[in-house]
Amino acid sequence: MKLFAFLAVVLTGAALIYSTFDMPDWGDTTSPANAHVSPRYIEQTLNETATPNAVTSVLADYRGFDTLGETTVIFTAAIVCIMLLRTRTDD
Amino acid sequence: MIKRNEDIIIQTVTRLLTPFVQLFALYVIAHGHYSPGGGFQGGCILAASFILMAVANDVAFVKRRLPERLTTALISAGVLIYAGIGLACLMLGANFLDYGILHRVLPVDAVKARALATLGVEIGVGITVMAVMVSIFLNLLSAGRHEEGAVE
Amino acid sequence: MTNMEFIIGKYNYWIYIVLMMIGFYAMIAKRNLVKKIVGMNIFQTAIILFFVSIGSKKGGATIPIIRAGDEAVNAAQYINPLPHVLMLTAIVVMVSTFGVAMALILMIYRKYRTLEEDEILKPGAET
Repeated sequence: MKLFAFLAVVLTGAALIYSTFDMPDWGDTTSPANAHVSPRYIEQTLNETATPNAVTSVLADYRGFDTLGETTVIFTAAIVCIMLLRTRTDD
Repeated sequence: MIKRNEDIIIQTVTRLLTPFVQLFALYVIAHGHYSPGGGFQGGCILAASFILMAVANDVAFVKRRLPERLTTALISAGVLIYAGIGLACLMLGANFLDYGILHRVLPVDAVKARALATLGVEIGVGITVMAVMVSIFLNLLSAGRHEEGAVE
Repeated sequence: MTNMEFIIGKYNYWIYIVLMMIGFYAMIAKRNLVKKIVGMNIFQTAIILFFVSIGSKKGGATIPIIRAGDEAVNAAQYINPLPHVLMLTAIVVMVSTFGVAMALILMIYRKYRTLEEDEILKPGAET
């Protein structure tokens, strides 16, 4: 069973390493991730949001919906923890 | 049962350190526009100060300063602040979370209104993260009993 | 492109894949539920490192905080903020999923008095 798991892991790892041959090099300024939408965030963050920190402006302004979803996720996690674990003995 | 920690050095150092940790957390939240920081990071640091209190003393020590009722309310309050700012934009006639429209109710222009609304959102996120971390930690630490600590 | 340049350009991905596979192995081969959760955290850490490394830029790029008085901002001077934003939220979600997983494991322990998977799956293990 452990051998089977090890084999599955090695196969998956080999497939993933094979897929990195098509990935852009480390620090490539022309890679799709760096050339598609992020230059606009960096260049326009001061003009559009008056926030020098691009991470903050993307987090709360450009992608506010995403952050609202994440906040709801951790809210739900806390409620689930309370519902599963909390036992009231005082009342 | 985990016994109450009576180490005088740890308790004194924790008592001295906690205000500075909390002040730094508020700085990280409030200064997120101009330096690395923001709601998630500041909320985590703020929660770490309360977790430090719980580790150095006991659960009841934290619950005297941050009651469970307050923690549960803060979890919801942060999400409410965030969604409320989004809904305020909706009420004023723009899209949900389109902060530029808030310049009608704030004494600044549209670009500065976006920065202010971002600050409000960060504060909401910080409140939620802080309360969630403290709540999860206290519940896991005491298996939901909130005594001095419990072992299954 | 020579062989050496190829390795230098890609070896960071290979490190993350090795880390990810360590977590994957722990998730599928270990019997203990807590060890599985630790494996899941290692897996998520590998993904976070992978995303952050995508955002890096060569040639003296610095953190994405625009310097004051910089009217014409050149995007090549600042690293990509987008992966940092996504992973910032992912880290907090990782902590909360860890909390929920630990709560569920605590409930399983209360019911079965063990965390070993094969003992839980045995018929009549319920107490």
